[in-house]
Amino acid sequence: MTLTLATQRLLAGLDHGPAPQLTADGLVDLVEASGLTGRGGAGFPTARKIRSIGRGPVVVGNAMESEFLSHKDALLLRSAPGLVLDGLEILAVALRARRTLLAVGHRIDPGPVREQVAVRRSPVEVRHLDGGFVAGQESALVNRLDGRPGLPGDPLVPVRKRGVDGRPTLVVNAETLAQLALLARYGADWFRSVGTPEDPGTFLVSLTGSSREVVPRPGVVEVARGTPLRDVLASAGTPLPRARAVLVGGYHGTWLPLAALDAPLSREGLAPYGATPGAGVVHVLDRRACPLRTSADVASYLARESAGQCGPCVNGLPRMADTLARLAVPGADPRLAPEVQRLQALVRGRGACAHPDGTAHFVASTMRVFAGHVEAHLRGECHALGRSA
Amino acid sequence: MNEALWALGRGTGVVALVMFTVTIVLGILGRSGRSVAGLGRFGVNEVHRTAALTGTTLVGVHVASLFLDPFAQLRLVDTVWPFLGAYRPIWLGLGTLAVDLLAVVIVVSLLRERVGPRVFRTVHWATYALWPVAMAHAIGNGTDRASVWMLGLAAACTAAVVAAVGWRLTPTYGERGWSRTPRRLPS
Amino acid sequence: MSPGPQRLHVDWTRCDGHGSCAELLPELLALDDWGFPVSRTGEREPAVPAALEGHARRAQKACPLLALRLISAGTRAP
Repeated sequence: MTLTLATQRLLAGLDHGPAPQLTADGLVDLVEASGLTGRGGAGFPTARKIRSIGRGPVVVGNAMESEFLSHKDALLLRSAPGLVLDGLEILAVALRARRTLLAVGHRIDPGPVREQVAVRRSPVEVRHLDGGFVAGQESALVNRLDGRPGLPGDPLVPVRKRGVDGRPTLVVNAETLAQLALLARYGADWFRSVGTPEDPGTFLVSLTGSSREVVPRPGVVEVARGTPLRDVLASAGTPLPRARAVLVGGYHGTWLPLAALDAPLSREGLAPYGATPGAGVVHVLDRRACPLRTSADVASYLARESAGQCGPCVNGLPRMADTLARLAVPGADPRLAPEVQRLQALVRGRGACAHPDGTAHFVASTMRVFAGHVEAHLRGECHALGRSA
Repeated sequence: MNEALWALGRGTGVVALVMFTVTIVLGILGRSGRSVAGLGRFGVNEVHRTAALTGTTLVGVHVASLFLDPFAQLRLVDTVWPFLGAYRPIWLGLGTLAVDLLAVVIVVSLLRERVGPRVFRTVHWATYALWPVAMAHAIGNGTDRASVWMLGLAAACTAAVVAAVGWRLTPTYGERGWSRTPRRLPS
Repeated sequence: MSPGPQRLHVDWTRCDGHGSCAELLPELLALDDWGFPVSRTGEREPAVPAALEGHARRAQKACPLLALRLISAGTRAP
């Protein structure tokens, strides 16, 4: 269900006509001028990504939507699959791609996009793939598409150098492709006409809450970059007194306390809070929920979702989640708090992908933003449960 | 002179067998990731390699001296193609087979950074065939086979390898002495 | 051959926490709670000072799974 907040571009439902054809240089110049960054989570400048890809590449659209709280790629593939295909086509033509694939996650219905592929007689190969949280990771996805197990590869040989079929591979998020599809038609100035100078354009926000009361109207909304968090919550009908904090970005994201409600949802607007827009997830925590309990559950989920390939991740994440879970019981041993900190620092940067980093970042955010709650727990109290242990 | 060559041939053969026994036991010990006092983990690995290369050199001398000794009736083809020999062809053939396996293992091991860990590991499995073949050759072909010291040595080497392989098959072997969750790798 | 500092890179898809690397380069590597190498310099991929380069090469050769590599600064992907 979509909300009406502000700028409808991707979700306007208009027929934009055929996708323009661009040369490689024309494409790079256009994307560079627009300031478009990836909408899949990492927020990497798209022009730089395109420029760094070698000859005769394989282009992969990433609609895996492995981020549990994200629902935007599903909506996009349901209501505007043509835009995603346009984006792929524009890249494939400009870069003279050898192959073009679209990876669709198991939570998404590939029917509409498959139909569009058939109608256009598009060469895009649609793959409907299962997989968990790490399945959408760039190198894991490339390995999977190349017939190997979907495990992340060593980043020393990035997929842009060697990926599917051993060729340079460009992996782009479905929403980024849709943004590109409109950018190519209407130009960089148009793209920049909303958003902020450093972070232009719109993006899709997946709005959810830990309870029906704290987010009465969950869904996906398209907003301009730089929209204050407060406005997005208002559009969802969130009664602010009922909210404790907001998780921005996704399960690898950052908690924002209520004091940060005026933070603009842009890279530079969220940076002071140690946060990024990520994959556009905004998840509101009900005041009645225990933030430590909730975070421990998220950390446990993330630990279970480890690909299991790297020692520090398959060992460190469960230990960290377990320690946080024990800390989430009021009256816990005070040594558990520094132990959580030690473990989150221990797993960072150690593993083939960013899953340990993201999980550590989330846990560190929990400990920082809910420090008061941690202290209360150690005293044997939990505000959310309204009782002492 | 022939006696000397024959003695050199037998001697190097026996010592090479001991070297390969040390190699395989240290290989299993090394694979376990457990530290050995005075050697550490890296030391186990380095002695493993030294023993292997020493054994290989001794095998080279072993084959050369027997080749030069007319009593052994070794032709050039017998050094690479098994079971064509004149003197105890079956047991000799096993020796040739062992040399063939050894050559492949050593070359791939020296080139392991080129061939990558998967090829390296797959070829290395051949050492589990190499050692018994070498042992069988030693017992069957060695003229000392009936002597007590040779049998005793063979028994001691076999016991060491059997114990090491037995340990290799225990479930906690792979945890390397740590309490850890094993990595999940696709088969 | 590119000059400049060398760094230690662990290929985590290969590393099985054998531990020879940390024994041979204790200045740069320690082992964590589960026996896997962890940088002691605070950098993800510790820079190898010239004085330790020989030890670093020995450590690279010592890894039974070929998980440790010495890379030059320009090799790393963004």
